[in-house]
Amino acid sequence: MVLYLDNNATTKIATDVLKVMFPYLSEFYGNPSSMHSFGGQVGAAVQDARAQVADLLGAEDTEIIFTSCGSEGNNTAIHAALAAQPEKRHIVTTVVEHPAILNVCKHLEKKGYTVTYLSVDGRGQIDLMEVEAAITGGTALVTTMHANNETGVVFPVEQIGAIAKECGATFHVDAVQSVGKLPIDLKNSTIDLLTLSGHKLHAPKGIGALYCRRGFRFRPFILGGHQERGRRAGTPNVASIVALGKAAELARQNLLNVDRESRLRDLLEQRLLALIPDCEVNGGGTTRLPNTTNIGFKYIEGEAILFMLDKHGICASSGSACTSGSLDPSHVLTAMGLPYTILHGSIRFSLSRFTTEAEIQQVVDVMPGIVEKLRAISPFNSEQSEWLQGRDLVRAT
Amino acid sequence: MWDYSEKVLDLFYNPLNQGVIADLHEPDVAVVYGEVGSIACGDALRLHLKIQESTETILDSQFQTFGCTSAIASSSALTEIIKGKTLDEALNINNQDIADYLGGLPEAKMHCSVMGQEALEAAIYNYRGIEIEEHEEDEGTLICTCYGITEPRIRRVAIENDLTTVEQVTNYVKAGGGCGSCLAGIEDILIEIKQEKAATATRVAAEISAASPDSLSPIQKINLIQKVLAEEIRPVLMADGGDVELFDVSGDVVKVQLKGACGSCDSSLATLKGSIETRLQSSVATELTVVAV
Repeated sequence: MVLYLDNNATTKIATDVLKVMFPYLSEFYGNPSSMHSFGGQVGAAVQDARAQVADLLGAEDTEIIFTSCGSEGNNTAIHAALAAQPEKRHIVTTVVEHPAILNVCKHLEKKGYTVTYLSVDGRGQIDLMEVEAAITGGTALVTTMHANNETGVVFPVEQIGAIAKECGATFHVDAVQSVGKLPIDLKNSTIDLLTLSGHKLHAPKGIGALYCRRGFRFRPFILGGHQERGRRAGTPNVASIVALGKAAELARQNLLNVDRESRLRDLLEQRLLALIPDCEVNGGGTTRLPNTTNIGFKYIEGEAILFMLDKHGICASSGSACTSGSLDPSHVLTAMGLPYTILHGSIRFSLSRFTTEAEIQQVVDVMPGIVEKLRAISPFNSEQSEWLQGRDLVRAT
Repeated sequence: MWDYSEKVLDLFYNPLNQGVIADLHEPDVAVVYGEVGSIACGDALRLHLKIQESTETILDSQFQTFGCTSAIASSSALTEIIKGKTLDEALNINNQDIADYLGGLPEAKMHCSVMGQEALEAAIYNYRGIEIEEHEEDEGTLICTCYGITEPRIRRVAIENDLTTVEQVTNYVKAGGGCGSCLAGIEDILIEIKQEKAATATRVAAEISAASPDSLSPIQKINLIQKVLAEEIRPVLMADGGDVELFDVSGDVVKVQLKGACGSCDSSLATLKGSIETRLQSSVATELTVVAV
């Protein structure tokens, strides 16, 4: 039995989604670009999926470009924005972006671009005054996430976008974590480019989409054939596109029910905080996604907690160094200035529409015992908090 | 997900010897502990030993660990391995012994076994009253995650030992010897050091050339000789497996020590006269002569 609370990492493919994609892996194998009706019917299915995705975003069909994943969407968006205003060499982003943005920005710095990384406060929220100060007439691109994958903290993207527009900068939003969880209406928006990824909303892995505002002078990242109106070469991943369309339709319906998810999330938080001493919610003081909670359990280490949870079939994730593969703790929690005791012991639970109250209760049942067991092993505890504080300074980045 | 052995998972879920040792002040018994790591690094181990003083034998061992699955398992394994051993036997235990006991560790987790070895050393040194050198450089950006080696440590060792290649760094401090994902990072550090050295040399040269060659002070002269040796001569010699080091400068006589292949090479003298002296004469002062010591 798997109790899956790691939906910000990836999600289960919805049964209805699997059902609609299957025929395009078997009988309808035509190429949508072909000039015969066998391929043509496949092309029609792709167009239907495009409309479904556009509907979820409040966009027009022609504004949707199918991609292979969120990373491709982000790379493409940055590339397109810089190509649109080649004379401008400045980018504004935030310190808590996904690596698919941060590493592209670092690469561009080596190519001569200047990048401003906006900071976040202890809640993980950005400061609009800092945004205003950072964006200038020389800024080609402002790229921020809509919601943070680790903490669920939601940025005020429309307000950021308004500042970007005033200065003539292209505004890109990495909405991989928020699409399907927060309502998005791009008709009345300052957003020029927006990235989404299928596997975060119950479609399969390997499919995503990039929204590109009508009239934006888009230059493709992947060159080749004329697919996607010449904006993304490569034979379309038809089955996954059809799946993404269906997933988008289901996500749109589910937007009405996200209160249920946030209620379960709040329940989880309240119960854990009531039962376990020395823990706190990271990013709890500001707007968050309805499905995400990130809790720091002091004096113990996140990977150890995950392996204990795994024994109970519970899937979650951690921002601890040992889980990152880099031995540096989460760049997001570090940027929030959280003490090391919390950084290394942070656990993210991310719910989905399939999460039940019984599952939440199961986590609440086992978590106090896990924390107690690991704290019994740890040489650190609350009595040493003063001593720890002195050694607990967050490294300057 | 990490591919942990059965043994690692078993010792993590059911750790042996977890806790502290109460000092009951029994005769002939000492209770000490050794500590490594910190909460900042993400793992820390406090290893407690109960030692029979007359025989220097470890009677009991317990651990407290803040860390991941393999850190806890490694600590527990260590306490099992050392029980009943003498301190000298225990000091011969290395991190590979801990890893072997666990049926292996993922390469990126080998530092957990290193932590065990270091805590053991710290506890025994504590008992014997030996001070352990503490380096501030243990704090800093972590470069090699497998062995927990920081940038300041790599920089210090590279500068102190004139390391110029990534392979040398791996041999000296182990960094890069595990999964290899930090090799490019180590290379970047070496490039930075090289650039910093070049910048210093340029500055020194500029300062020297501001004065006329005749008025070189002894210090300026030595600096310039060292710069020429380091940048123009040593790389050539090192390519052939040799090396040269400045021993002394007295007046116009430059005393050098030839090392490596140069020291035993028949063409040493030719190398000396042909390469080093000509170079120093043209770059520093024409009246210089070179002798090997």
